[in-house]
Amino acid sequence: MTSRVGKITIRNPLLLASGILGESSGSMIRVYSSGAGGVVTKSIGMEPRDGYRNPTVYEFESGMLNAMGLPNPGIEHFSDVISRTKAAGVFTVGSIFGGDENEFSHLAGKMEAYGVDAVELNLSCPHVEGFGSELGSSPERVRSVVGAVRQAVRIPVWAKMTPNVADMGSIAAAAEEAGADAIVAINTVRAMAISARLRRPVLSNTYGGLSGEAVKYVGLRAVYEIGKKCSIPVIGVGGVRSGEDVAEYLVAGASAVQIGTAVAERGPGVFGQVADELSDFMEREGFSSLKEMIGIARR
Amino acid sequence: MQGGNLRIVEIAEVVKESPSIWTIRYRDPSPSKPGQFVMVWVPGVDEVPMSLSYTGDEKGITFRPIGETTRALSELSAGDRIGVRGIYGNSFTRTGGEVLVVGGGTGIASVIAAVEPFVSDGKVHAALGARSREELFFEDRVISAGAELHISTDDGSKGHKGFITDVVRRLLGSGWIAQVIACGPEKMLYNTALIAREFGVPGQYSVERYMKCGIGVCDACSLDGRLVCRDGPVFDGDFLLGSEDFGRFRLSPNGTRIPV
Repeated sequence: MTSRVGKITIRNPLLLASGILGESSGSMIRVYSSGAGGVVTKSIGMEPRDGYRNPTVYEFESGMLNAMGLPNPGIEHFSDVISRTKAAGVFTVGSIFGGDENEFSHLAGKMEAYGVDAVELNLSCPHVEGFGSELGSSPERVRSVVGAVRQAVRIPVWAKMTPNVADMGSIAAAAEEAGADAIVAINTVRAMAISARLRRPVLSNTYGGLSGEAVKYVGLRAVYEIGKKCSIPVIGVGGVRSGEDVAEYLVAGASAVQIGTAVAERGPGVFGQVADELSDFMEREGFSSLKEMIGIARR
Repeated sequence: MQGGNLRIVEIAEVVKESPSIWTIRYRDPSPSKPGQFVMVWVPGVDEVPMSLSYTGDEKGITFRPIGETTRALSELSAGDRIGVRGIYGNSFTRTGGEVLVVGGGTGIASVIAAVEPFVSDGKVHAALGARSREELFFEDRVISAGAELHISTDDGSKGHKGFITDVVRRLLGSGWIAQVIACGPEKMLYNTALIAREFGVPGQYSVERYMKCGIGVCDACSLDGRLVCRDGPVFDGDFLLGSEDFGRFRLSPNGTRIPV
């Protein structure tokens, strides 16, 4: 079940997606003990941010919307969380968000000093002005942020992509050219929920990001499409909730996957369950390694 | 997904329990148990977790207007619409023998729903504490359920003058109590848990934390890796007293670990 993402080897291909339970070391250690291959932290910025008022989530049968507003304690206060998580032996990716390449470089440098195994650049949060997808929708800005971070750190640099653009492939290609070690796709799909009975949007921020089963097919398309334009590994995200979902992403070309919304549905134990389901699938289908599966739908 | 999707409900009734305590009742037949909670959305204001003080088809939430959201709630009337999500969280469970139910301040709202069903399984002592008699409520529910009522107020305006934990110590000292359940300010909970441990009595404690999602994803309510919204809000005393956070740390809205 060992998974390789570029130079990195992880014990299995199931990572905790950013934004889910990645704020406290206790929760990240628990997710790892429940069977995850590793964790990606909540996105951390330059300053503490409380995020938006509630309602920040809206659930429905096949997924959810959220607009948390990038709540985080700020990079200066995150060192203890990383050191506790790393001390427990957890493969830890530090997610960061900044307003420009200087902020990203600073944040990445701090994360590296705290001891993370890789950094993930949030170029894709769909609901905070000045951050995330505002940068990640432009190939030029993606190139400059990724390039600056590449210069600033030695650890692997992953770029997390927004699906809310016309051409994900060319943005991913810009990240690769600038030195990214892997592409992570997708972040949530910009969306909103309305209450007709209250005659108003539900989320306090009006707009949010759609995730869960409802977006799996957007994620699969993104992974497949990016794989055609890039030669670096792609990490698939979006609606993974079973072993067969993981298999679909691998066959589409992903080297690993991240799981987020399914944690709400199945609890933190979802990682161990999905890992078991994936090995059952591989056994049934006659696969002896993940490598044999990756990208075979593209051949 | 977890099965607690947003429902817009009409307020059936607003009840003033005391000069400073309000109850809002609304119809919602979702099955629920004592100790569980809902996310209550006051449109245009905020959405906050609140324990159910009534768990039947006509649900209830009981609160003191102290923050912006609870103040806005207290200004609503019958017919106004609010949003609710849930029913979320675990519940108090009866383990047998005589039970001591302890409620401090608005924590009474959470434990009261356990008193009525627990009475059918044996003797229930309900110890309610508040700062003053104006902040006490639901004594009538304790009495009509047939439970034994014990009162304390910080200022001595009713019942024992002092903390409810003094009453807890006296009752546990009798040797008859086999189980404690409690909800209230964390310091009171912590001290109650210590006293119960001293007497070797198992306890279940409902803990309060700031929450964003209520469904186990945002990590805001993390307590030593357990999520108050999903694994709690009711935890057993051994876990809590063995944790680093209970009685000491919580996460602020931005996720910084700060003193309780």
